[in-house]
Amino acid sequence: MDEKRTAWERLQLVHTKGRPTIKDYIPQIFTDFYEMHGDRLCGDDKAILGGIGRLDGRPVTIIAQVKGRDINENKACNFAMPHPEGYRKALRLARQAEKFHRPIICFIDTPGAFCGVAAEERGQGEAIAKNIAEFMTLRTPIISIVLGEGGSGGALALGVCDELAMLENAEYSVLSPRGFASILWKDASREQEASEIMKITAEDMVRLGVAEAIIEEPLGGAHNDLDKISENIKEYLSQKIPEKCQKDIDVLLKERYTKFRKIGAFTE
Amino acid sequence: MFEGFFNVVKERFNGAEEEYKPPMFKCPRCTQTSPLSRYEELHRVCPKCNYHGRLSSQERIAITVDKDSFKELDGGMKSGNPLDFPDYSEKQAELQNKTGLNDAVITGTATIKGSPVVIGIMDSRFMMGSMGSVVGEKITRAFEYATDKGLPVVMFTASGGARMQEGIVSLMQMAKTSGAVKLHSDAGGLYISVMTDPTTGGVTASFASLGDIIIAEPKVLIGFAGRRVIEGTIKQRLPEDFQLAEFMHEKGFVDMIVERRKMRSVLSHLLKLHGFYPKEKEA
Repeated sequence: MDEKRTAWERLQLVHTKGRPTIKDYIPQIFTDFYEMHGDRLCGDDKAILGGIGRLDGRPVTIIAQVKGRDINENKACNFAMPHPEGYRKALRLARQAEKFHRPIICFIDTPGAFCGVAAEERGQGEAIAKNIAEFMTLRTPIISIVLGEGGSGGALALGVCDELAMLENAEYSVLSPRGFASILWKDASREQEASEIMKITAEDMVRLGVAEAIIEEPLGGAHNDLDKISENIKEYLSQKIPEKCQKDIDVLLKERYTKFRKIGAFTE
Repeated sequence: MFEGFFNVVKERFNGAEEEYKPPMFKCPRCTQTSPLSRYEELHRVCPKCNYHGRLSSQERIAITVDKDSFKELDGGMKSGNPLDFPDYSEKQAELQNKTGLNDAVITGTATIKGSPVVIGIMDSRFMMGSMGSVVGEKITRAFEYATDKGLPVVMFTASGGARMQEGIVSLMQMAKTSGAVKLHSDAGGLYISVMTDPTTGGVTASFASLGDIIIAEPKVLIGFAGRRVIEGTIKQRLPEDFQLAEFMHEKGFVDMIVERRKMRSVLSHLLKLHGFYPKEKEA
């Protein structure tokens, strides 16, 4: 593992041009991948990709937020900020996975759910709430991995799972440090200060009981060696997926509920 | 040295000579003013445009449940400081003193025209009703209690969203509360969500939007993203009615808009329609 980086330095790494996206990872980790489209209600949101493939020969459902590798890709996927139809597509595919007893692997990589007029009109809040509630009781194993940015409720909508892993330099937060500084101090330029105070790194997530595992990145960050980082992700999944699939599903669901149930700091 | 003092006296004296002006309420929706006493008399409803203003949790309990029926659950719970966030503990202590509340939600059991309920009422006076560990835990426990006892839940929401000072821990409260709502629902429980001013952010994106029945008060703000954030994204002004209860009703995310003076009676009917009658009638 690399020498210790600050939260701010990691954020810069996550935003480095050339950091691998889900489109780079899929051919490296899965075989026989078929993408599925649409929420069957309104449209097909390119900010969320979903489909079926094989992990070590085992059929799995893959749901991921899509970052673009250049400006054209980013325009198409709305800079990985999903609309409600993206979350509803995710839920449709998750239910399909449950029906066919396929484990679900979610890849989180978003600054947050899209904040816009159409998103509000089509119920962004409801779509996220529904995913969170439904994923809690889906009768199939779910593993989520934060690839880069895990921003807010927009990330959590793919983050209710049996186990959460963070790439070494990935961050997970209630809001982007910029938004945080802007809300709390009315000064967006204090984002670096916010990033250090907010506790958003992979180690913070493990310490706070939000994540269970950290996946090591190659020296200098994931963009330096796609083969190596893909191998590390695959190694993690190849161990965890069979482990979760062997568990009695009722035990798994109870553990999933407890994982979130116990997070909080209070006195009585 | 005495100049300042005499000016104050002069101001006071001159003020007393002016005609008595009753305190006024300026409506945040229609921007018109009305006598504060009239606004209060209507339980904080704007006499001009029917905007339903913010109530304290105590006021809400008083106009919603049967007299003396409310029994609080987990009243002593106070928040820790999971991120060691600077000044957070001090800010809470200060607000606890000022409002008499320990955090932004009160939960308990009560009856509404005799029908038993588990009830939760968020209070925007405490850090804009934001959801941190205490709000998350109390709401989760309220749903778990209701599931255990086979009771319906009525939740009055009012929140600016996640509690920033608790960072990721506050985000996880969305999962915790939504999970408890889901288990209550799977067990056949009835959940009526009443959205009051304002219901936004992480609360909209969790338990507030998960009601079997979703009610909103007139003209209240309901949304996921803040208005200013959206205006910043689209670089244009939003229409006045954007994200108001009526807008969300038209878009299909709210079942009904109910005025405050009718709320108790509507809740009572809905509870009875789901088989929750006053106890004596069961016998």
